[in-house]
Amino acid sequence: MVDIAFGPEPEKRPDPAQPSDAYLELTRRRRMYGGILMVIFVALMVSGFQLAQSRNAGDFLSGLPMLMAFPAEVLSEAWANRAEMPALVLRFLPSLIETINIAAVATLLGAIAAMTMSLLATRGLARWPRAIPVFRRLMDGLRAIPEIVIALVLIFILGGGPVPAVIAIALHTGGALGKLFSEVAENADLKPVEGLTSVGATWGQRMWLGVIPQVAPNWLSYTLLRFEINVRASAILGFVGEGGIGHDLKIALQWGQGRYDEVVVIFLLLLLTITFIDRISDRARERLVKGRRP
Amino acid sequence: MLEVKSVTRMFGQKAAVDRASFRIDGPAFVGIIGRSGAGKSTFLRMMNRLVDASSGEILVDGCNVLALKGREARAWQSQCAMIFQQFNLVPRMDVASNVLHGILNRRSTLQTMFNHWPRADILRALEILDRLGIAEQAPKRAEALSGGQQQRVAIARALMQDPRIILADEPIASLDPMNAQVVMDTLKRINVEDGRMVIANLHTLDTARRYCDRVIGMRDGRIVFDGTPDQLSTGVARDIYGADASFNESATSTAIPADAAADKDWAAQMLA
Repeated sequence: MVDIAFGPEPEKRPDPAQPSDAYLELTRRRRMYGGILMVIFVALMVSGFQLAQSRNAGDFLSGLPMLMAFPAEVLSEAWANRAEMPALVLRFLPSLIETINIAAVATLLGAIAAMTMSLLATRGLARWPRAIPVFRRLMDGLRAIPEIVIALVLIFILGGGPVPAVIAIALHTGGALGKLFSEVAENADLKPVEGLTSVGATWGQRMWLGVIPQVAPNWLSYTLLRFEINVRASAILGFVGEGGIGHDLKIALQWGQGRYDEVVVIFLLLLLTITFIDRISDRARERLVKGRRP
Repeated sequence: MLEVKSVTRMFGQKAAVDRASFRIDGPAFVGIIGRSGAGKSTFLRMMNRLVDASSGEILVDGCNVLALKGREARAWQSQCAMIFQQFNLVPRMDVASNVLHGILNRRSTLQTMFNHWPRADILRALEILDRLGIAEQAPKRAEALSGGQQQRVAIARALMQDPRIILADEPIASLDPMNAQVVMDTLKRINVEDGRMVIANLHTLDTARRYCDRVIGMRDGRIVFDGTPDQLSTGVARDIYGADASFNESATSTAIPADAAADKDWAAQMLA
């Protein structure tokens, strides 16, 4: 692979009159650089792995065969109790609906906040052009703090339950969607906005009629994607005491043996939900971006 | 009625419009001509308050519209309609909605969000579309219309504003000769029938001669000509455009020739 271009004897210089020689020389040099980079990459990977291995409590290689032990245990127990699964599905359905509700409300609130913030932070559209950096940094801040941190703080203040989860996810969603929305709005055609300005429309009217119809398909597509992410986030927040299916999952996992059938049912429900939302949003996005099929 | 007093707009060190002054009494059809970059567009944009002036005054019935701010500036914009070269409609909305946008200044943002328009206004919008001969297009999306039709929708939006002054920034520059004539005839009709002042930036001299009561020539931001269309001789046009003797306006004229000189030549050639 490595093609060494230097040696004991100086190599023949490429003849500029022969372009094919010069090109071959170029290819050879590129290949050599590629080879050197590859060697460095492999060396870094190996040394990094050894460092991590030396700091690890167990041993990676000897632990490797155990990797499948836990899932195997869970699955075999679930298989043994497979007759009870339909009953378990019905039992966990209410908490699954709670989780989805938390995600939906949070996505809606976050998207509404993101709409306003993104328009205020977009060059050429902003109501107060000088305040653009303020809104940008605000969105950066909202995005930087993980949901779980906001949720933990809010649990101390408001106590457990769905409300802190909704607030935590909505704040993060507002920051994340705001940035994406702003990037879409930046590419919006300004001609309709100018036309509306010329009739004396207010900023709100200009945005509502001139910008939002243009960006709506892309915005909705991003929002549906975010909804899917938020279902997962809402399930995770159940672990820290927000209720929903995450709470059930935590209890089932902590209990250990004897409740593994519940773990499997919960995972299956989450998987199905996310697949379902993904299918729906795929179809909706296609319809929005490409237009209704006749 | 309209008095422009040494209006100036600076872009950096360069003056796009340099101490422009003129006066218009009564509802005239005024054409502004000049080459690209002469400051025609900037001037109209300043009048409509899309661009702020650096200095000067524009007095409309004694009120300096350049000093208005916020709500009052928007109220002025609603009285001073603007028509753009690229139409500037909302492409995804239907034609009637685009016309209704003309009264946005009178509607609150909340009413706009819920798409609530008074019945009387909807009927008036349809009436205006009918007057401009595009009533059957009302439910179509604006983007589905041809350029000439879109420009007529833009004129309908301007009429919906019930404006005192209509500003037209190169209204026919992206239209074919037939549609250009329809649009210019419409503007002239509004000028004559409704008695509204029309100020149009034009880039063809024959259009300016045919439709305008008065022509203002701009060059490098200054007004270099202000007179009737009859006074606009080829020599004057050369001065306005900064062209030399090789300038020949018929070379780029979009008018459909009315004379039969070519036919006569052809007949003579065949008979010879």
